[in-house]
Amino acid sequence: MGRYLAIRFGRAALTIVLVVTFAFVVLRLSGDPALMILGPEAPPEVLAAFRKAWGLDDPIWFQYLDYFGAIAKGELGRSMRDGRPAIELVLERIPATLALTLPAFFFKVALGVPAGIYAALHRGSAIDRAVMMTAVAGFTVPSFVLALILVLVFAVQLGWLPSGGQDSWRHAILPIATLSLGGAAVLARFTRSAMLEVLGQPYIRTASAKGVPWRKVVTSHALPNAAIPTVTILGFMVGTLIAGAVVVESVFSWPGVGRLLVVAVANRDLAVVQCILLLVAMTMVTSNLVVDFLYGFLDPRLRAKGAHA
Amino acid sequence: MAALVNIQDLRVAFSGVPVLRGVDLALQKGEAVGLVGESGSGKSVTWLSALGLLPRQATVTGSVRLDGRELLGAPASELDQVRGGRIAMIFQDPASALNPVLTIRKQLCEALALHRDLQGNAVKAEARRLLDLVGIPDAGRRLEAYPHEFSGGQVQRIMIAMALAGNPDVLIADEPTTALDATIQAQILELLSSIRREFAMAMVLISHDLGVVAENCDRVAVMYAGRIVEQAPANQLFADPVHPYAQGLIGALPPLDGPRRRLTAIPGTVPDPAKMPDGCAFAPRCAMAAEACNLAAPPLAPIANDRVVACIRAEASRRALLGIAAE
Repeated sequence: MGRYLAIRFGRAALTIVLVVTFAFVVLRLSGDPALMILGPEAPPEVLAAFRKAWGLDDPIWFQYLDYFGAIAKGELGRSMRDGRPAIELVLERIPATLALTLPAFFFKVALGVPAGIYAALHRGSAIDRAVMMTAVAGFTVPSFVLALILVLVFAVQLGWLPSGGQDSWRHAILPIATLSLGGAAVLARFTRSAMLEVLGQPYIRTASAKGVPWRKVVTSHALPNAAIPTVTILGFMVGTLIAGAVVVESVFSWPGVGRLLVVAVANRDLAVVQCILLLVAMTMVTSNLVVDFLYGFLDPRLRAKGAHA
Repeated sequence: MAALVNIQDLRVAFSGVPVLRGVDLALQKGEAVGLVGESGSGKSVTWLSALGLLPRQATVTGSVRLDGRELLGAPASELDQVRGGRIAMIFQDPASALNPVLTIRKQLCEALALHRDLQGNAVKAEARRLLDLVGIPDAGRRLEAYPHEFSGGQVQRIMIAMALAGNPDVLIADEPTTALDATIQAQILELLSSIRREFAMAMVLISHDLGVVAENCDRVAVMYAGRIVEQAPANQLFADPVHPYAQGLIGALPPLDGPRRRLTAIPGTVPDPAKMPDGCAFAPRCAMAAEACNLAAPPLAPIANDRVVACIRAEASRRALLGIAAE
């Protein structure tokens, strides 16, 4: 088991290093932060001084090693725009983002999972078809389109809700609805197919054949098995809690991590972008690890394999 | 004697395509009946439909009576009492027949809790006793194991233990040994027949293996394309099959003694259920088919005591049988 854990953690660390490296290289190849932040009219000597101050003149491999050395010491760099530590900028945005993504996660699960289960149990019924049609729509319509439609209907036409900003809880409703609907659709589809797969298994027939009432066949035989694939997608959704609302935050001018990321990328504010990506990679990797352990908990067959590995 | 289970004119169609086309079968208390036929002939569907275990797309008509009570269309709560409690069923593929995420104890105790008046520790003790009975060593500890920790033969033993949990009057064994290797097969069949004797249970052994059926059953029904075409006491059927299909099946078996001979195969294939011939379903493959065979499907008709055959040549066979008896 120890070896198994070590391999898992090793892989997780490697993933994070790769993400950070990729971000580092791409950002440095795609534009000059000095020009972006100071503007094209800035005098050459000012630009040169800026580049020198932030170490942008150094060879890229030198910057790269420097960067990792700093991370090892727990320093994630400073924003080139206002000189504050990048981690501080990011951390202060996290509550705003979580204020959207956590309720959205709750609604995704609360809507998507029961809808998927119901559709599977009533396969071919009118409700199944309605659920699947909604799910396909929610799945295919991009979140910014959905966001704009919701704004058009509830903010512009009906005037019930504000179209952007962060002044009260009412401002959060449309962004949360946008995030929830898309996610619930994905979850409903996934849960339905997981459930249908399980309901077709011989052990479900065995349970019925020994006289277990259908309701109990579903709850104690089908659901625990259908949970295994569904947890995968849930883990993925947990991984997107920090930065899964980039588009929605932009549409609704919600000052969260997503908005910060968009602005930082536009300005090539390297430290901030890298800090966010590091954080995202870490949440993704952590939620994947948690999912792996949940598998072991849910599926005794994997537990045995894990113990041997 | 009134039959324990009486199936009359049982018909099943999947999305309009008939797969069972009028099955009549009676099962007496304590007897072992074999149900043989090729895959798709309706052996399993007969019992799955009788117990209401088919998917909803299936339309089932006819009558299945258990002690005179109609099972088709019975309310779910009544069926749940029958399933496992009066009629238990075990299936072909032991590997997937048990729930992979539940321990053996949970699955066994669930059946016990449903059909027996047992509480607390008595449930677990009974579960252990059943595992012992079917020959799982170290039953107490093995109760906490999961299905994947057992071999195929052991899982089938556990399935049998689970089937016994409700003290059923009938055990339907649907190809119980098909997925197992030959030595394990023999052990499982031995276990089934010893348990049957001990519990005075009736058993329906569904199999495409004629040898298995010959050894373990009192009576055999041969199914072809959704119908029973011949029914007879096991020894008589194997010694002297009347229906050309039964003759073909038995002719395809290698004899254990006597000179080596070429095995005969039945020519052609089973007709597509969606395109059944108007007359006898076997006529297109039958060496003895006559014009009349294509007109109407022959009904099951008695040719001797305990023997019924669905073939227009049955009358001739009956005379032949009586002739032999008169000599």
